[in-house]
Amino acid sequence: MAATSSAEGAAAAPKPKSWTLRVRQAMDRSLPMDHLLPDRQPYYVGSWVYVFGVVTIAALVWVVVSGIVLSFFGPQWWHDSRVGRFFNSLHFWSVQMFFIFMVLHLWGQYFMAGWRNGRALTWMIGVVIFAVSILTAFTGYLSQQNFDGQFIAINAKDAMNSAGIGAFFNVLNFGQMYGLHVMLLPIGVTILVVLHIVMVRVRGVVKPIDPEGGARS
Amino acid sequence: MDTPASYFHWGFILISLPNLVVIGGMIVLFAIALVAPFPHAEESEDGSHK
Amino acid sequence: MKSMGETQEEYYRGVRMVPYDLVKELFLALVGVGVVSLIAAAFLSSPDVAPVTIAAWAQSDPVDFVTTAAGELAGSTTSAGYGAPYNTNGDGQSWGPIAPQKWFGVRIPVDSANAFVIEPLQRASFSNTDLGTALSSWQGAGADQQGKWLDAYTKALASATVTDGKVAVATGDYGPLPVMMSNLLGIAQAGGLDGLLVINGRFYQTDYTQPLLFIGDGGYLPALADEAHLTGSLWGMMNETGSYPGQTWLWLYTMWYQVFPFTSDTGFLGLNASNADLGIIILMTVLTLALALVPLIPILRDIPRWVPIHRLIWREYYAPRKAAPRT
Repeated sequence: MAATSSAEGAAAAPKPKSWTLRVRQAMDRSLPMDHLLPDRQPYYVGSWVYVFGVVTIAALVWVVVSGIVLSFFGPQWWHDSRVGRFFNSLHFWSVQMFFIFMVLHLWGQYFMAGWRNGRALTWMIGVVIFAVSILTAFTGYLSQQNFDGQFIAINAKDAMNSAGIGAFFNVLNFGQMYGLHVMLLPIGVTILVVLHIVMVRVRGVVKPIDPEGGARS
Repeated sequence: MDTPASYFHWGFILISLPNLVVIGGMIVLFAIALVAPFPHAEESEDGSHK
Repeated sequence: MKSMGETQEEYYRGVRMVPYDLVKELFLALVGVGVVSLIAAAFLSSPDVAPVTIAAWAQSDPVDFVTTAAGELAGSTTSAGYGAPYNTNGDGQSWGPIAPQKWFGVRIPVDSANAFVIEPLQRASFSNTDLGTALSSWQGAGADQQGKWLDAYTKALASATVTDGKVAVATGDYGPLPVMMSNLLGIAQAGGLDGLLVINGRFYQTDYTQPLLFIGDGGYLPALADEAHLTGSLWGMMNETGSYPGQTWLWLYTMWYQVFPFTSDTGFLGLNASNADLGIIILMTVLTLALALVPLIPILRDIPRWVPIHRLIWREYYAPRKAAPRT
């Protein structure tokens, strides 16, 4: 047992040798179970503005589930079969819901200055999620294999090419866009969203803006 | 829904009616969320009364 | 950053906590979103306009098709003179010394004249001696001669007529061009060119670069897109076909294409209509970074303090404390 306590005093426990134990203790300190899944919130969490985040998550679940069904049956299915077209519609409308509630959540968090008290990184991850979601939606629109997808490809290539990215990100290449859309980008969005939620749960919801200036970041 | 949308044109702003409905709806939804009363658990027979 | 060291216990000391069911909230959100999406999907369906084919283009507007094909040979089409990443025939967009379009060179090589006209015709001449002869005659001629034929033919196309889907021009010296073009048109109208341009000699293929560049060079698809308000000058980036909502979240991106300096030829500080794509991407990158860094930007991070929206959200907190709790 390591005996490196420099300050004898109020039970400064020696650091355990086991890395596993140290990781577990760090997790227990920063995100114990009752912080991950609290059954209580500060009394001022009393506005419908607070539900926009969870509704965005719910919409994302519907987007991913409908997307999984679409990818299982392949790109012709959503044009040729009625059920396929229905799942295409489900995917379309849940994406609309996802962006609607994500932006409402952004408006809410902005006017609440949700980045205060050490929460700046949570806000920044949120903006990154917004940007990656737009990229994901973009590759989705390019994967439609219909008139809209054709024109978006032909038009967007000029923007991509002007910035040099077009040399690597070829919007006219269905295989590339589809692969990014069903695999790489959803994984990216999911990881970022989990990170975002964990960060919110670690710190808890931010306190109200205090007019006495007590709540600067 | 496959018929072409109508467009609202004002100066350089040109927006389709469906898009206008979505954006307008979002603003209305935000406003409602700001003012609508939010149910509090302490008002229910939750048992715990803090 | 010292607040990050605070535990939640310290942060919420003295704050009244009330029961709040997060899991039930998530469940209700899932049900709510599900119901709305299912009803919308069932009653409104989704946009799915069939794609344009080269066959449809060649059948509906043979003159535009042939004019575009001649343009590919002449090097006057958009793709032929594009520059990176397709070829070196153009400079692309730049803003002063910032010219990222050229930084990576020709990574998606497309030789418009060969890819869209000569190679498909070579494949088609397999059992077609007239076409074979025309092609040899074309490829045997010098660039000057080809240029003369193309000039004359392109001028004549301006007043071409269409009979039974075939294009006829006034008599003149066009060399082998009329034979080449009428064969290409025939292949296209039968759907063969859609196949040839995608497959490009392979069997499996998922890359539509060639047929899309070719279709984009013509007037047919852009005209349809214009009708559907999908083009850049009509805020197209946020629009959808039919009466469906589009990508409303792109409103700011597409807005810049409608305002100065990106609508002007002279522009401002070197930004104008000809480098609008590059200029707007740079602008939007800066704005997105600014959004991410709001917590660090004075004034932007203080606006929430000045705008009383938070006073509505937290009205219970700001209400004067009363002796008895209100219901």
